[in-house]
Amino acid sequence: MTKVPNMPKSWRQETKPHKFCPGCGHGLVLKALGEAIDELGIQDRVVFGCDIGCSLLAWDFFNVDTVQTHHGRTTPVLTGVKRARPDRICIAYMGDGGGYAIGSQHLVNAAARNEKLTVILVNNCNYGMTGGQMAPTTLPDMKTETSPYGRNVAETGYPTQGPEMVAAITREGAYAARGTVANVRQLKGFIKKALQNQIDGNGFSFVEALSGCPTNWSTNAKDTWAFIEETMTKYFKVGEIKAPAKKEE
Amino acid sequence: MAEKPIQGEKRVFMTGNEVVAWAALAAEADLMYGYPITPQNEVMHYWTRLAPKFGKKFLQTEDEISAGFTTCGGALAGKRCFTATAGPGNILMQESMAMAEMMRIPTVLVVQQRGGPSTGTVIYSQQEVTMTCFGGNGEGLRIVYSTGSHQELFDYVIKAFNSAWKYRFPTFVLGDGYQAKMRESLVIYDPALKGIKMEPTAPRLGLEGMPGVDRPPSHLRNTYNTEEELFEAVSELVAAYEKIAPEVVEYQEFFTDDAEVVIIAHGVVTRAAQAAVKTLRSQGIGAGHFRPVTLRPFAVDALKTIAKRAKKLLVVESAQGQLAKIVKDAIYGESVPLEGYYRPGQGITAEEIVELVKKGM
Repeated sequence: MTKVPNMPKSWRQETKPHKFCPGCGHGLVLKALGEAIDELGIQDRVVFGCDIGCSLLAWDFFNVDTVQTHHGRTTPVLTGVKRARPDRICIAYMGDGGGYAIGSQHLVNAAARNEKLTVILVNNCNYGMTGGQMAPTTLPDMKTETSPYGRNVAETGYPTQGPEMVAAITREGAYAARGTVANVRQLKGFIKKALQNQIDGNGFSFVEALSGCPTNWSTNAKDTWAFIEETMTKYFKVGEIKAPAKKEE
Repeated sequence: MAEKPIQGEKRVFMTGNEVVAWAALAAEADLMYGYPITPQNEVMHYWTRLAPKFGKKFLQTEDEISAGFTTCGGALAGKRCFTATAGPGNILMQESMAMAEMMRIPTVLVVQQRGGPSTGTVIYSQQEVTMTCFGGNGEGLRIVYSTGSHQELFDYVIKAFNSAWKYRFPTFVLGDGYQAKMRESLVIYDPALKGIKMEPTAPRLGLEGMPGVDRPPSHLRNTYNTEEELFEAVSELVAAYEKIAPEVVEYQEFFTDDAEVVIIAHGVVTRAAQAAVKTLRSQGIGAGHFRPVTLRPFAVDALKTIAKRAKKLLVVESAQGQLAKIVKDAIYGESVPLEGYYRPGQGITAEEIVELVKKGM
């Protein structure tokens, strides 16, 4: 008898092992998401959308209805689904390039409209799929393929702070948090709250997940984790940035 | 259930944009996603006024990229969705329409052509033919109806929803600023009255039942890993498109049987061409007119038959030869001479065509 490793019920076993690089953080984010879906009991109601970039490798990841879209366009596609089928739980999954660069207008406007949608964005400080270019989230002085001498903030600005931006442009009812693959239990908690926020019809919910990209960072396991846990968190503060006020008892 | 938007049939006098909104209602469209651009704005204006009365919805998106992709999402969720645009907006919608082509999403897009390139004018042209037929990084696997009157706008918007859902290719109604803004009389009607049955819709996302248990999950993608895998996928799309093409193709012929000169024109210019042929015939001049209604797929066989017996083809269009390119491609191998009268962004009158034909005789 083959032993099947313990995995979330909502994962599709037939497509495992998954397609991400060894050491990639996507698997952990999707584990947190899978467990959140299981615990909320919403697998039969979820519509999952993934972007272009590494996130597209999740197109057959779950036993949930899934659509893989274009770069940055997962937010509008899932907005279209949600508006047509308000009874579905719609999750738009993307990277930092998809959410903060090419699809930033969609993220900003979906948040401003308070779309009843959950966006999960994986921040690994670079464009992974295309080979490690500078992303909106690349840290100051960090070397990438398009910032080979380090990101010069005088020329290219400072890293985008996504959940902070979402919190600033949304009103009461929205949810914004930043988790990390270094704390999957906490990340799962944020994702669950984000999904619950959509289920409750409160409004837009957004979770950024700090994640590692050892392939493009050219780091070993130790350095990868050090970068996620120590370097990234200096700039990207982990925690809930905005949560709907608790209802008065 | 809300009452039918149009009871029976009704003679009306309205602008083309208003016609589009009424036609979408008559076609039982569920949702419009839109973004403002002239000359299509009033499609949204009328839709937003009419739709809530019949339980229909609207979302004004942040741009045309979003309007196109939300339309894709809504259609994947099983709803009759549409959008409308023009010019630079049409450019932005090509990205989503390329996805619709690859994933066979039944989107409906009404294009009210304006002058180009770039911002051009907000008024009129036929310069969005190439883009509407062949835009995107693909093979032009689309259905494009080019309308010439308000009655046709009404008829073909309804038909576009049915073609989209029957054949599952992105479907376009190609109008123009003149048709959009002009008032004209027409008959609007309940499609059922004319024996038109609306094609049923079905979701491909958000299906019933537990995925992986009751049914396989719906996993929709447009990304492929190898040349072979993509080639196979595109070949299937092409084969499906070629199979439906003969059923979809529409065209009209006016006095082409014995015509020496055949005027080829589409859209609103067909009206000038039809009038010109009438005048020329009354003067004993052997003119005819071929009018493609579908620009994609194109009536290749019908035009080839004409090309074999005519002495000259004259393509007349409000663009610099965009229709002519399609025509030349269709008649490749025939030896009949072809001339073009190209007026990018300008209207064309019957008198101009009459004079043109006489000069060339």
